[in-house]
Order: sequence, then C-alpha cells, then structure tokens
Amino acid sequence: MRSVSIIGVGLTKFGEHWDKGFRELIVEAASKAVVDAGIEGKEIQAIYGGVMASGRLIGQEHIGALLADQLGMNPIASTRVEAACASGGVAVRSGFLAVASGAYDVVAVGGGEKMTDVSAEDVATALGGAGDQEWELFNGATFPALYALMARRHMLEYGTTEEQLAAVAVKNHSNGALNPLAQYQREITVEDVMNSGYIASPLKLLDCSPITDGAAAVILCATEKLKQLAPNGDAVEIAASAQASDSLALASRKSMSEVASTKVAANDAYRTAGVGPKDIDVAEVHDCFTIAEVMAIEALGFFPKGTGGKATEDGETELNSTISVNTSGGLKAAGHPIGATGIKQVSEIVLQLRGKADKRQVNDAQVGLAQNVGGSGATTVIHILRRRK
Amino acid sequence: MNEALPLIWRRIPERYNMLGSKCLNCGTPYFPQRKMCPKCRRKGKIVAEKMPTEGTIYSFTEVHAAPKGFEQETPYFLAMVELSNGVRVLSQVVDSPADKIKIGAPVNMVFRKISEDGEEGVIAYGYKFKVK
Repeated sequence: MRSVSIIGVGLTKFGEHWDKGFRELIVEAASKAVVDAGIEGKEIQAIYGGVMASGRLIGQEHIGALLADQLGMNPIASTRVEAACASGGVAVRSGFLAVASGAYDVVAVGGGEKMTDVSAEDVATALGGAGDQEWELFNGATFPALYALMARRHMLEYGTTEEQLAAVAVKNHSNGALNPLAQYQREITVEDVMNSGYIASPLKLLDCSPITDGAAAVILCATEKLKQLAPNGDAVEIAASAQASDSLALASRKSMSEVASTKVAANDAYRTAGVGPKDIDVAEVHDCFTIAEVMAIEALGFFPKGTGGKATEDGETELNSTISVNTSGGLKAAGHPIGATGIKQVSEIVLQLRGKADKRQVNDAQVGLAQNVGGSGATTVIHILRRRK
Repeated sequence: MNEALPLIWRRIPERYNMLGSKCLNCGTPYFPQRKMCPKCRRKGKIVAEKMPTEGTIYSFTEVHAAPKGFEQETPYFLAMVELSNGVRVLSQVVDSPADKIKIGAPVNMVFRKISEDGEEGVIAYGYKFKVK
C-alpha cells in the first residue's frame, strides 16, 4: 500500500450552534480544510463522510450525496460511513484505504453531527443505537449506564476511585481552556465533579461528554503525489491506520474493565508504524466518559492495566508531562459532535505535529495517536501520525 | 416509538422464559439466542437452551437520567447479572432494598412489565431481577 499524508484540516467551533444546521457546519469545516491544504478543491476525487445518527437527529439520511452536493463536488463519489461514535475515525480510515490502495490520489473526509435540534431524551435514545438495542437499551440501559457498569468493575478490580475519574475531567477542562474551538473553555475542580449530580452512579454529570453541534474535515493525499498535487500544504504522514471490533452487547464481553478492541487495534497500529507506546508524544483518546479515558490509556499501553486512574490523578497525562493526553480538551471539554469527533482527534494531532497548537502545544511532538471508540467498545479505530522529516 | 407487534412478539420465548441457545459442538451457552456459534461458526450446532433464573450481581448502576419510555421510573437500578451458568445479562433490579444491591449479591429472575409504547401502544414484558 502507498503512504498517505494529511494535507489539510478544518474544524468549526464545537458547541450549541442555534444559528447553523448540519449543512452550514459541514461546509464550513470542509472549506477550511481545503484552504489549509493549499489546494483548489478540484483535485479531490472522492468524499467520505462520518455521521452517526442524522436520521434520528435531523431526519436526513443519504448524507454522502448531501455532502457532495453542498460542497459543490458533484459528480464525484461520496459515501457515508457509520460506526456509531467511531464514525469519524472510520471515515478517515476509509479515505486512507482508498488513497493507500491507489484508487484515488486525493480525498476529502468530513464528519459532523447536529445534535441540538431535538430534545436531550431524543439524543439519548438516538445514541442508544450504538449499543445493543434489543437486549440492553430495551431493558433501560443508557450509554452512561453502560460505562457506569464498566467503571464499577474497574473500581472493584483495581481500586480506582471516583476522585481519580474526576481528575480526567479536570485535566481535559484545563486543556479545553486553551482551545478556542472547544465547547467548554473553563477550568473545573475535582470538587465540581464530585458535587455534580449522578447520571448513572458512579458517573456524575461532569464525568460525561456533552451534547454538541460541530463538524470536522481533513484532506488526504498520496505522499508520493504531494509535490505534484499539494505543494503548499504542511503534510503529516499517516504511519498506521487500524480498526478492531467486539461484541455489541456489553454482557457478551469477556472483561468489562478493559476495552479489548482498543488493545487489538493498538497492537496492529504499533506494529505497522514500527513504534511503541513510549514513542507517542501526544494522544487524543475517546473520553466519552472519564472511565473511558482511564481504560484507553491502559489499553494503549501508556500505563499498566489498572493504573490509569492513579496516573491521571498524579498528573502524568497533563500537557507536557509523561504523555500529553487530549490536548484538545477531549470529548469532555472540546465537545462530542459524534460524527466529527474522530476527525477532530486526527486534526488535533496534525496541529500538534506541525507545531501549530498554540497554547496547548506539546514540546517537540514527533509522533501522535488518535483512538476513536464506537459504543462501549464494539469498534475501535486508531491512527498513528508522524511528522515528516 | 410506535413499535410493531411482531417486534415484541417474536422475542417472547427469550424475554418471558429466558430461552437462549447452546452450541452442542463446544458446549457454550448463549443468551440472547444466536443462530451461529461465534466460536465454532459452521462447525457448531445450535439448539435451544433454557437459562438458569438465578445468578449474582456482577456490576450495577443507579440510573438517574433515563431514555424515552423510562422517565417515570427514575432513579432505577440496572445490573449486569451473571447467571449460574456464567452467561451475563443486563437487566433492571427491582423490589430490592438499595443497600442490598451490590456486587456479588445473589439474585433471581422475576417477570415484569418493561416498557409501554405510549397509552395505546404495545406493552412489552420481560425479565428483571430481585435480590434474594
């Protein structure tokens, strides 16, 4: 397969966009990515769009066609990719495979979700579709509840505490305060988290990522064609793209205190990129709930199993510490517009490797990783990016 | 949700009686039913198998923010129940004092209403669990 590089990234502000619909958001993000890539746009040969629940949230399906139309890209091929909360990351991987295979030289990958046009209950029901509808959601489960069941096992098996989980939210809000596109740009304290009400015990409101509108886009180009097709872009190479699956139902998992699909995808990605966990300078991980970040940094090999909570409490995942995790603010503070999230993670790593992350810049970042999870771990997609020499 | 009747009706054996599956080739029990054994795939032979109705709480949570259809019940307890044959099911825990709902607590199945689809829609019944 050919080497693939990311030549452009574009994001909208994440938050509640009462004045913008899905169309405005995705066009804004994609336009920014094309400008960032320094291309005209006519070089793009295909589009991959990551969207999770547009049918439920805005009543619109056939998002692939909508994207090509709204972006003025007809008649090129445009395909929607759906993998619940990993839709964005899997869309990036779809674009990567299309370019790596030689089918296309330049593709656009966009993703987004418009979540504030329906009630919070409707959002919860729509997101429930990421889990096992007939056997878990049917019985009254919610996504916070599924992660709460995992959190309680992690607490029992490893002694993880609610304060350690709170430390994840505190750290991500601290990073979000440095990101002008984050939904929440304010710091919070462990006490704030501990005093927020239970959503599904032991998870409290401030352990949970919010409901967010937003969109993100990246432009991919075959590395061997960079000089010819994108001479003006600040390209970052995709060193690995990996994906793994697990049972949809949480009940069918062997262990509930780890995300097995992340371990599988991480091993694959590390092998392909020829790096290990210690080589990663900056990581964006899927912190839909604080416990998810704890399990992610363990499954990715940054910390031994069971020690992710303590490592976070000890400050080892803060900006420019042992490993900088979720410099964007993560899903928790930057926000979680489902289809955009996996693409935003990759965009953040690109900015870090370019040295363009401003106040949240990780010193001398050479290698970065993005981990995007669908549901409670039924899909994981991981990308490792490397600064070009 | 405007659920169609067959959607509820076709799951009655599983939801009313916890009728699952077993693979005769490897002996693994499954709930809910599977048509293919993930371990043996085409070599497997799936037959119906009734699940035990007793188990222990493997993990639990108290849900305060409910999805549509469960708003009236909050807060309610959900548990991952490990049945005595090792199969896990996610279910509500009812009719049990809160201080008895903890990991390792023995539970048995009870038959309850799960949800109703509006005032005129289908009422879905199924299993919940109760601390012994």
